[in-house]
Amino acid sequence: MMEASERRVISVIVVNEASVLSRITDLFSGRGYNITSLTVAPIPESKYSRLTIVTSGSVRVIEQITKQLHKLIPILRVYEHADLVEKEMALVKFPVSENITDINTLCEAYNGKIVNVGENVIIAMVADEPKRVENFLKIITRYNPKEIVRSGAVALER
Amino acid sequence: MDSVPMVAFTGQVPSSMLGNDAFQEADIVGITRPITKHNFLVRDIKDLASTIKKAFFIASTGRPGPVLVDLPKDVLNSQYEFEYPEKIDIRGYKPNYKGHFNQIKKAAEIIQNAKRPLLYVGGGVIMSGGSAELTLLAKENNLPVTMTLQGLGAFPGTASQSLGMLGMHGTYYANQAVNDCDVLVALGARFDDRVTGNIEKFATGAYKIHVDIDPTAIDKNVLVDLPIVGDVKHILAELVAEISKKPDTDAWWEKIEDWKNECPLDYDQDEDELKTQYVIERISEKTKGEAVIIADVGQHQMWVAQYYKFNNPRSHLTSGGLGTMGFSVPAAIGAAFAVNDRHIISISGDGGFQMNMQELITAAYHKLPIKFFIMNNCFLGMVRQWQTLFYDKRHSETDLSVQPDFVKLSEAFGGIGYRVKTKEEFDAALKDAVEKDVVAFIEVIVERMENVMPMVPSGGSLFNMMLLEKKETK
Repeated sequence: MMEASERRVISVIVVNEASVLSRITDLFSGRGYNITSLTVAPIPESKYSRLTIVTSGSVRVIEQITKQLHKLIPILRVYEHADLVEKEMALVKFPVSENITDINTLCEAYNGKIVNVGENVIIAMVADEPKRVENFLKIITRYNPKEIVRSGAVALER
Repeated sequence: MDSVPMVAFTGQVPSSMLGNDAFQEADIVGITRPITKHNFLVRDIKDLASTIKKAFFIASTGRPGPVLVDLPKDVLNSQYEFEYPEKIDIRGYKPNYKGHFNQIKKAAEIIQNAKRPLLYVGGGVIMSGGSAELTLLAKENNLPVTMTLQGLGAFPGTASQSLGMLGMHGTYYANQAVNDCDVLVALGARFDDRVTGNIEKFATGAYKIHVDIDPTAIDKNVLVDLPIVGDVKHILAELVAEISKKPDTDAWWEKIEDWKNECPLDYDQDEDELKTQYVIERISEKTKGEAVIIADVGQHQMWVAQYYKFNNPRSHLTSGGLGTMGFSVPAAIGAAFAVNDRHIISISGDGGFQMNMQELITAAYHKLPIKFFIMNNCFLGMVRQWQTLFYDKRHSETDLSVQPDFVKLSEAFGGIGYRVKTKEEFDAALKDAVEKDVVAFIEVIVERMENVMPMVPSGGSLFNMMLLEKKETK
């Protein structure tokens, strides 16, 4: 009986201590859960960090993931988001010979801009919903991107 | 997996050397992360006392488990004013002990209206100290009780409500009861695959209530109808109080009696054969079900589970979830340190015994009057059984015919040794060994090709067991 797999965004508040991240990634690898992306940064003026994990699995697997995360000692809170604002960022390097105006217009449509112009390359950034970022990356293939870097997603409950 | 509360202290290279591949450095915190409940590396002597407090707190509360504390050499060598915190508060670790009252009330209602209820009892009942509450619940309401390997002892094996163990080598009647019950109450149990067999066919008609302190145990293997997260002892006490009428289980008991008659727990006995089943039965009688039995892993372990009638909780130590052979000898030594008013009986096969027999010197040194029984069939018996049954008798690397002289060995370690081949010899040795206050080794030469029966083949369903004469049911 295979249950449908769905994409889920989970936020986790952890105590900022050694090896907490590996406890989380060990949990995912040890139990065979998926990590699509994982973003982590300290929460300002606290000894905690916030992780945003994008994962996928059946309803039962997602439930196990949140429970197992909660069971880890340094984890304080686990949010399984339903209604959320989610953003992801991408940086792309183009040859300076490409049509910069076109690229700039495209970036603006995806919540971004050109952030650096060098002798040989320009760097553009966009920050948008993960699906839209994906779309952007598809479109810009015609401008011969030399290097692409995507961040993981960050999310906040509405 | 067996939820053993344990704190391990390990020595580490000085903190200044950490990560340098220093002599005898191992990332033990990293290595043990997946096999501990939690672990710590103490980097500063100031944190030592509170870390130790935390370690014992985490190991012994909630669902218990092992905690490791790694101590670099410089931390061990430094001095600091000792201040042991009285209470400890760990943000992010708050085990929930109290069960949701409305859920308990609902469970009580469902149990009292059940026609074919069954209590499925795991090690959690023993851990929580809830055996008395369980016994009250089962006896007052005349509810049948079946136990997992770790649950044995939670309910007296001699009580009329006991159906013995369920699962792969459980009794025929316990497994039929699981298959046929209308309300299944899982108490401190985790629906292990050795218990459930084929999960799709496990207690399909039953309303399932699951009481466990570990939220991750709920809905992990089997979807349940009514989960109650909390301490099983407290919840059992509340259940007893909430059940206002005794369920009518007469017809259900008749059915169970039929199954018992149809296929009782039994084995073929020839006059001139000595079988492990007989040995366990005799030990059970001789010690009146009151001994602490430390079984190793394999065929004899299943026979202990089937034929030793445990009367008390905390009487059966065995490696269940992980099935680590070699467990019995050192675990018996630990048990002998903890308990001195009951017989400490270690039962191993010839394979498992040889895995940790160097520890015998510890037993001799501390003059621990442990009785070590070695069920010698010159085989890794359980693996041989699977090779016989499922691999067309292609016995490979399981024959242990070449082995040391166990009697000489035990004498070399400073104990008294017996080698017995017949029932008479065994009975005499048992009597002699149990009555003497010394460490004793009884090597029992048992029937080589005996299989543990009944049996649910791996992945099979509980109602379809291989029985004694290998006739299949249904």
